[in-house]
Amino acid sequence: MADEYKPPALPSPFTNTTPAPTLLVQGAEAHLYKTVSLDPSIPAALKVRPSKPYRHPILDRRLTRQRIIQEARCLVKLVREGVSVPAVLAMDWEGQGGESAWGGAWLMMEWIEGPVVRVVLEQWEAWMKKNAASLDQSQIQKEEDRLRGLMKRIGHTLGGLHKAGVVHGDLTTSNLMLRSPAQETTDSPTGVSMEGEVVLIDFGLAGQSTQDEDRAVDLYVLERAIGSTHPRSEPFFEEVLNGYRASHKGTGSTLKKLEDVRLRGRKRSMIG
Amino acid sequence: MIAIGMEGSANKLGVGIMLHPEDGSPPQVLANIRHTYVSPPGEGFLPKDTARHHRAWVVNLVKKSLKEARVSVEDVDCICFTKGPGMGAPLQSVVVAARMLSLLWNKPLVGVNHCVGHIEMGRLITGATNPVVLYVSGGNTQVIAYSSQRYRIFGETLDIAVGNCLDRFARTLHISNDPFPGYNIEQLAKQGKQLVDLPYVVKGMDVSFSGLLAAIDGLAAQWGLDGEEAAKEDENKQGSQTGEEQIVPETDGKPTRADLCFSLQETVYAMLVEITERAMAHVGSKQVLIVGGVGSNERLQEMMGIMARDRGGSVYATDERFCIDNGIMIAQAGMMAYKTGFTTPLKESTCTQRFRTDEVFVKWRDD
Repeated sequence: MADEYKPPALPSPFTNTTPAPTLLVQGAEAHLYKTVSLDPSIPAALKVRPSKPYRHPILDRRLTRQRIIQEARCLVKLVREGVSVPAVLAMDWEGQGGESAWGGAWLMMEWIEGPVVRVVLEQWEAWMKKNAASLDQSQIQKEEDRLRGLMKRIGHTLGGLHKAGVVHGDLTTSNLMLRSPAQETTDSPTGVSMEGEVVLIDFGLAGQSTQDEDRAVDLYVLERAIGSTHPRSEPFFEEVLNGYRASHKGTGSTLKKLEDVRLRGRKRSMIG
Repeated sequence: MIAIGMEGSANKLGVGIMLHPEDGSPPQVLANIRHTYVSPPGEGFLPKDTARHHRAWVVNLVKKSLKEARVSVEDVDCICFTKGPGMGAPLQSVVVAARMLSLLWNKPLVGVNHCVGHIEMGRLITGATNPVVLYVSGGNTQVIAYSSQRYRIFGETLDIAVGNCLDRFARTLHISNDPFPGYNIEQLAKQGKQLVDLPYVVKGMDVSFSGLLAAIDGLAAQWGLDGEEAAKEDENKQGSQTGEEQIVPETDGKPTRADLCFSLQETVYAMLVEITERAMAHVGSKQVLIVGGVGSNERLQEMMGIMARDRGGSVYATDERFCIDNGIMIAQAGMMAYKTGFTTPLKESTCTQRFRTDEVFVKWRDD
């Protein structure tokens, strides 16, 4: 049976920082830690891409190195363009920081305080499922409007991303965060705040592209991620597109392309 | 209750009989018979020829399966058939046979989605309750997870299926299609050592193989490794080698046929494991179930096992009896639908080449 899970050892110098980095999530590709940068009072996010033992070592090194450099380049560019993403503080792409054969890489970024959109939607959907029967029409309308507002802001942020010439490549609701505002103001009975600036995270599969095809695929991936993870929120995806449309000029051709991508997506049932 | 399952969406014709005991004890496989249409090296199976094969064998297989299961026609409750997805002509020849049996024996028909058949059989055999499913075969490549009575597709191929990529490269190298090309690529890959740089295309939870196939076909041509002659030459070399391990000097950096197979496997399986891991992280599941013909590949199972172990989870895989297309998976999924009152009226007993996994309403699960 499965052994008790132990996260891989941290690369140097994080083996002797105080306080020790705490593991937040084990993502698919990387481990995310909370640590501090330079001063114990400055929190930072540390993304460690450990080597993947299932992969051939040459392939693994190639992918790990390529992706972490790509990610850092995109983040640096986006910060410069004023898109809300975490800023890069430090990195090591060769895995030289570790003991002899450590083959991973790491990237230290600005700490974003707040929930991921996946959790926000899950909590909201759960609450609505439980309480929808006892709400009157105006309350339901109010809640749905709140969700529409959030979707629209997501669309707006994506517009900024694409305008800057970057595509995300892995847009799911786990890769969207809400930066907590200084003062929480939730008057919703659900207790689920949808306030705060939308921040894009995890640029592990991002790339520089201004092609409508790539942008449309970005939107399509998000649409499908919402459809498969948050069935109740799916009808509101249209608002993401509305926000996107209003974000900058020239989104028309991307949205048109999205229709092609959708059709192609539907036809993707293979023969044989 | 007893169900007959008939499958023929590709080059495998399968007839299987499943028993679901009335007392609720675990379902039993009473018969699982398969006959495969094998095309010569360098060629794929054409729909026309495959359909002819299915038509010629289907009566024989049904008779044989009834005999092996020791059940009479009266004991059978329903006839399950593959509605799709798959190749049109082979699907049609099996659906005609199913319809005929239904009229002849006066038994209800149950149309089954091929992909759901794979998932349900995998769940039954491995006991995985709610896994992330990697469905990989010659025609399909999907990462699937269950949510509110649908098997939802999280990631899939953007162009050709992984099995199709392997099959077609086997054709390029003139590797035998018997028992199936992927198996022979796997055996050849075991001798490969050098990793050749190939395109690695993962987009979110989706993958793409067509560019990779074009690249490796190009490499094979560039190094003169494609076609029948190179295959024969390689075979002769193998034959002349005696018992002792021969180390081939790699001075000129020229890859061998084995190196190409090795690199192809390492690259495509790394892509598949990666998207599966991403889906697992996304839905928070620790179980992986591999189904479909490519799922019988031991290297893929090994890589998936390492990934799952590192995530504190486990991998569930089946052997070729269950993961390569077969009749019992159709019987199993059909029976589960039948028990909820689902049947396919004769009028609607058609087949379709396009039938997405998430179109099926999974009435038999309520978790």
